[in-house]
Amino acid sequence: MATAPHTPPRTLADRNRRTLMMGAVVAIVSLAMGFASVPLYRIFCEKTGYGGTPQRADSVAGIKIATGHTLSIRFDSNVTPGMPWKFYPEHPTDTITIGSRDMAIFVAKNMSDKPVTGTAAFNVSPSQAGAYFTKIQCFCFTQQTLKPGEEVRMPVIYFVDPKILDDPDNRDTQEITLSYTFYPVENGKKPS
Amino acid sequence: MSTTTANPDDFHGSHAHDDHGEHKPAFFARWFMSTNHKDIGTLYLIFAIIAGIIGGSISGLMRAELAHPGIQYLHTWAMWMDGPDASMDQAYHLWNVLITAHGLIMVFFMVMPAMIGGFGNWFVPIMIGAPDMAFPRMNNISFWLLIPAFVLLLGSTFVPGGTGNGAGTGWTVYAPLSTSGSAGPAVDMAILSLHLAGASSILGAINFITTIFNMRAPGMTLHKMPLFVWSVLVTAFLLLLALPVLAAAITMLLTDRNFGTTFYDAAGGGDPELYQHLFWFFGHPEVYIMILPGFGIVSQIVSTFSRKPVFGYLGMAYAMVAIGVVGFVVWAHHMFTTGMSVNVKMYFTAATMVIAVPTGIKIFSWIATMWGGSMSFKTPMMWAIGFIFMFTVGGVTGVVLANGGVDDVMHDTYYVVAHFHYVLSLGAVFGLFAGFYYWFPKMSGKMYNEFLGQLHFWVFFIGVNLLFFPMHFLGLSGMPRRYPDYPAAFEKWNTLASHGYEIMAAGMIIFFINLIWSLAAGKKAADNPWGEGATTLEWTLSSPPPFHQFETLPIIDDAGHH
Repeated sequence: MATAPHTPPRTLADRNRRTLMMGAVVAIVSLAMGFASVPLYRIFCEKTGYGGTPQRADSVAGIKIATGHTLSIRFDSNVTPGMPWKFYPEHPTDTITIGSRDMAIFVAKNMSDKPVTGTAAFNVSPSQAGAYFTKIQCFCFTQQTLKPGEEVRMPVIYFVDPKILDDPDNRDTQEITLSYTFYPVENGKKPS
Repeated sequence: MSTTTANPDDFHGSHAHDDHGEHKPAFFARWFMSTNHKDIGTLYLIFAIIAGIIGGSISGLMRAELAHPGIQYLHTWAMWMDGPDASMDQAYHLWNVLITAHGLIMVFFMVMPAMIGGFGNWFVPIMIGAPDMAFPRMNNISFWLLIPAFVLLLGSTFVPGGTGNGAGTGWTVYAPLSTSGSAGPAVDMAILSLHLAGASSILGAINFITTIFNMRAPGMTLHKMPLFVWSVLVTAFLLLLALPVLAAAITMLLTDRNFGTTFYDAAGGGDPELYQHLFWFFGHPEVYIMILPGFGIVSQIVSTFSRKPVFGYLGMAYAMVAIGVVGFVVWAHHMFTTGMSVNVKMYFTAATMVIAVPTGIKIFSWIATMWGGSMSFKTPMMWAIGFIFMFTVGGVTGVVLANGGVDDVMHDTYYVVAHFHYVLSLGAVFGLFAGFYYWFPKMSGKMYNEFLGQLHFWVFFIGVNLLFFPMHFLGLSGMPRRYPDYPAAFEKWNTLASHGYEIMAAGMIIFFINLIWSLAAGKKAADNPWGEGATTLEWTLSSPPPFHQFETLPIIDDAGHH
């Protein structure tokens, strides 16, 4: 390649370097999009209820109770293997009126002789109900630390959005299962 | 290609001072520090052949085990790998290692290096009338990155990977099997291997894009480029956009495994399904990366041996562009069973089926090229027609599987195995053999043996069809993939498939005999052994081409064959 003086028309080497840089930029942007997909995917799931991600709200303000329309809610509780907690819902099922605010109580007890911090992952099934299952208050929003032998009763306050009645994908939904799995948090370092 | 005819008179002048372009470096400098696109292409082809022998032998092991129900050899092999007290679980892990190795080797170390690195390097510069690739030293790096990548992958087989030695994650490396499910360094080595192979391909892609955009000979407009060059251009863009996403996805796997991050771990707020989305956002374009250069090769060959320009040249070129573009928005059809809503499934079903349109344009244009042509059925043409036939079969089962509802039943059965082997093992590989026979006289300067070439084709054709066609029946009957054992009811088709493998392997022996015989004692090849149908620039050069070609750029005249 000639080392021509820097005058137009540009040399082949110059044009090649320019194309190289553009290619490199495309590759780097593509790489960045790969990593950016982590927060984007979380936001997408939270906004759309994709994969059964429940919604969050501050209150039931503005939600109309759909009198006469009831749904069965089932509560599912798990701990990961090696997590020394007992964790169960006070009542495994509940029947609620769509649009009204309800509360469920989960009980957790630390069976070990050490304080253990846990964080709960959550989901609802069927997954198309995720966009309508709305939590106002939940123990899963924060980490929980239990002293040795300590037992706590933890509330979940939630409602099911009446818009679910207009969704053809939820025509057959008669029961929603709310599931929690508690994971240990090592030294409280992992944010959920 | 149709509209391009190089005027041979333009070259005879340059042949005169070719002798100073014939100064080849000494052996070590020529092959280990090579910056010559033809030498690097040769290295890629040799590499791909070696990797193909290894990957193909692994599938032979699997077909031996699957020939009959029960565990025949697997436990013995596990004792070779993991010591005499290897458990049955370690034997099953070895099975996973075999399917993983076969998939990764064939995708990353056989098809891609042969198609893009081998034929792409050899013929893209020549076909556009360029003296070499834009960045010859980067080209060298691209090739030599593949060696440590391959060594890492092969080496991973001998270190712990969870239940037994080796990475047993499948080529998809899904979390959580690849994270919490596979302790030990094997999966880390496999991931690093993919990083290196990916870096190699990204550098190669940038090199091809730069070469094709900036270094075309005067008169060689984009719309006059041979279709093989078009196919490599589209492939290079797919590589450039898709591979970095894989790099990001597997980097996060690596940090999840080693540095306590939880990108794919629900315990820390991550989601293993995200990995599947990222993987298939790469993985679906990847299957087009493997097949598009095959489309290009077949276009050249069908045109050459029909002695006609390709029918619908622009349609052919832009069909490949369309396949590339739509290929980026269909990825979730690999994930129909992850629990998507009906609407999402409908979108991915419809989008996937749309790809059948440009693909159909290509199939029919090839047939229309042959229609009324003065056809000769030399070995490359046989492979090209075989490609069209096989790829159509695989494409049809692909349209079946594209249906989200049908896929709920077919997912992870042998029907899927049959489908992707028809498009890849029979599509891409037939394309490779077609290109190999087509360009062997040009690359080596020797003619291959026509009889052995024809014999290779027929034995291979019969073998692979016996091998893969019964898998449709097995899949429809519900046999799941990725298991070393199956109920006795599946025995008949499995035994037949294993016999098919034996016939295919016999075909490969014929290929290697032909290869060695032709290199040693083949007739001297003419500059253009294929006659007037071969209109692209490589046939205007000597066989083999001079070490440096086109020091005086050829002028592409407009006459054409229209």
